[in-house]
Amino acid sequence: MTGGASSTIIADETILRAQPESSRFPGRVREPEGLCPLKNTATRDRVLTAAATALAAAFLWYADHHFSDYSIRILNTVAIFIILSVSYNLINGVTGQFSLGPNAFLAVGAYASAILTLSPEEKIRTFILQPMSWPLSEISVSFPLSLIAAGLVTALLALLMAVPVFRVRGDYLAIVTLGFGEVVQLFANNLISITNGPLGLKGLTPYTNLWWTWGICFLTVFCTIRLVNSSYGRTMKAVREDETAAEAMGIDAFRTKTLAFVFSAFFQGVAGALLAHLVTTISPTLFGFLFTFNLLIIIVIGGLGSTTGSVIAAALFAWGGELLRVVEEPITIFGYYIEGIPGMRMVIFSLILILVMLFARSGIMGRNEFSWQALIDWMRKIPRVGRGSHE
Amino acid sequence: MSEPLFRTQELSVKFGGLAALVGLDLEIHQGEIIGLIGPNGAGKTTAFNAITGLAKPSDGKVIFQGQDVTGWTATRIARNGIARTFQNIRLYTDLTLVENVMVAGHSAIHYSFLEAIAGAGRFAYDEKKLRQKAENLLELMGLINMAGEKAQSLPYGSQRKLEVARALALNPSLLLLDEPVAGMNPVETIEFGDLLGTLHSDLGLTVCLIDHDMGFVMDVCHKIKVIDHGIPIAWGVPDQITNDEKVIAAYLGTG
Repeated sequence: MTGGASSTIIADETILRAQPESSRFPGRVREPEGLCPLKNTATRDRVLTAAATALAAAFLWYADHHFSDYSIRILNTVAIFIILSVSYNLINGVTGQFSLGPNAFLAVGAYASAILTLSPEEKIRTFILQPMSWPLSEISVSFPLSLIAAGLVTALLALLMAVPVFRVRGDYLAIVTLGFGEVVQLFANNLISITNGPLGLKGLTPYTNLWWTWGICFLTVFCTIRLVNSSYGRTMKAVREDETAAEAMGIDAFRTKTLAFVFSAFFQGVAGALLAHLVTTISPTLFGFLFTFNLLIIIVIGGLGSTTGSVIAAALFAWGGELLRVVEEPITIFGYYIEGIPGMRMVIFSLILILVMLFARSGIMGRNEFSWQALIDWMRKIPRVGRGSHE
Repeated sequence: MSEPLFRTQELSVKFGGLAALVGLDLEIHQGEIIGLIGPNGAGKTTAFNAITGLAKPSDGKVIFQGQDVTGWTATRIARNGIARTFQNIRLYTDLTLVENVMVAGHSAIHYSFLEAIAGAGRFAYDEKKLRQKAENLLELMGLINMAGEKAQSLPYGSQRKLEVARALALNPSLLLLDEPVAGMNPVETIEFGDLLGTLHSDLGLTVCLIDHDMGFVMDVCHKIKVIDHGIPIAWGVPDQITNDEKVIAAYLGTG
């Protein structure tokens, strides 16, 4: 025993001293800092990411000026779905807590921002059943401020739910969030002096444009990836993998789950605000459970726990959903006239989900994340496979 | 003798009507390696669970560094300096080796989640330190070559070592090892014994371990506590234990 060892002895230096590298691992040579290949790839990745972002911005600028309203609408929807699924994946996929709350958070965010951005005159015109209660009737804030407010209100509600739910273990979160969705709908229908009841809020200014949706989409993805790659993200994964073992390693599972849940709710609230000012009319029925169901399909297809997987799946879902409108239209095949069946798209989505569950249970990305290195390796493999088949 | 680093006083655990552990008195002094043995179902793991906050003691006290930690949550106890491994290995299987170890260092970080998102403040420094420490621990356990692999891809014996590395990342004052050499072959067992010796001599680590490999336990432990059916039956140095009639009866049955 080393002389005068204090109670917490395993400081980093001690381990270094205790383990002279040369004696224990004679074959192992540490690479000098400057030659470390990791650094070069990190720079390369940063350059590639910056280039991709610039390219995306250029594309958005082009789309903003030249695309049809319909295409722009799809692009906006894609961005909102990415925000929703990435944040939903954080609590369901990364932290492993089964939440069914996104539609409720979406509704709360949408209502919060809509109430805040409507001007006092518009409020008098809209609230015909009952006048809006003071002080809400007098408040009118800018769109960006309402986005933040929507996120904060939603996050606060998530926090209030998290405190009782995460004190106990088990699948209570699913039940509570499911119930919360119903409660939100009831409130939206019956708190007429705040939400205008079943009539909903109409004539919102269409503030949401490509820059807002995609800007916040990038922000969400960026923040989520940063969080997941930090020590906080590791503890979330540890809680998902084994909550008991996480707690035995000094991790506060309650805090970890609460952080993931509140963080995810914040961005879902912001997405709700974006959605409200995109569709310009919101009503209690708009935010049904189908929203949550779709998001669940997205994150499972993308690969539970994979942020980039969620991005890819959300884009495919929102874009593919538009492409699939074909199947709901009347078509003529070989002279046979087939009448369009509304809802066919959902049948196809469900089929895709079943097929994924059967044959590709880990989804598109599994739990892996997109990396430039993986893409480069993949692209290098293609010609090789081509050559291989000729031999 | 001076105040022990750790002691339990009449520690008991009941599961409904079943007394899994009855009146365990255990004293561990700084720098000791203590063995806790007994036949299957004797209550050894229950004792560990009660100490580390995973099972609720029905009676008795756990005193650590002069502080009564009875009934504390597992999180709080772990942060207070008692780390453990699990009999049925409980790694974060989908995380890499280095991430497994870094998880246990979370309580030592100084940055908030906002700093993590912004990449500001102490984020980079703390992460680097955490990774460095995790790599050092993996090196200590001879697992550094597999640092980037997922924990589930490890062979059994290495998974046990990874559990030890993860527990060490907590900077524990007391390390509880639950059957650390179970499933290891004789060579691995000897290597693990050496490793434990190194940890003990170089880091002054205090250890309490459970195992069924008597050779291993007799070799590495300074003192041994024997329990049977939840009741402590013997306490002493290895030589005393091997000749204790009650212990022999408990293991072999009374003729």
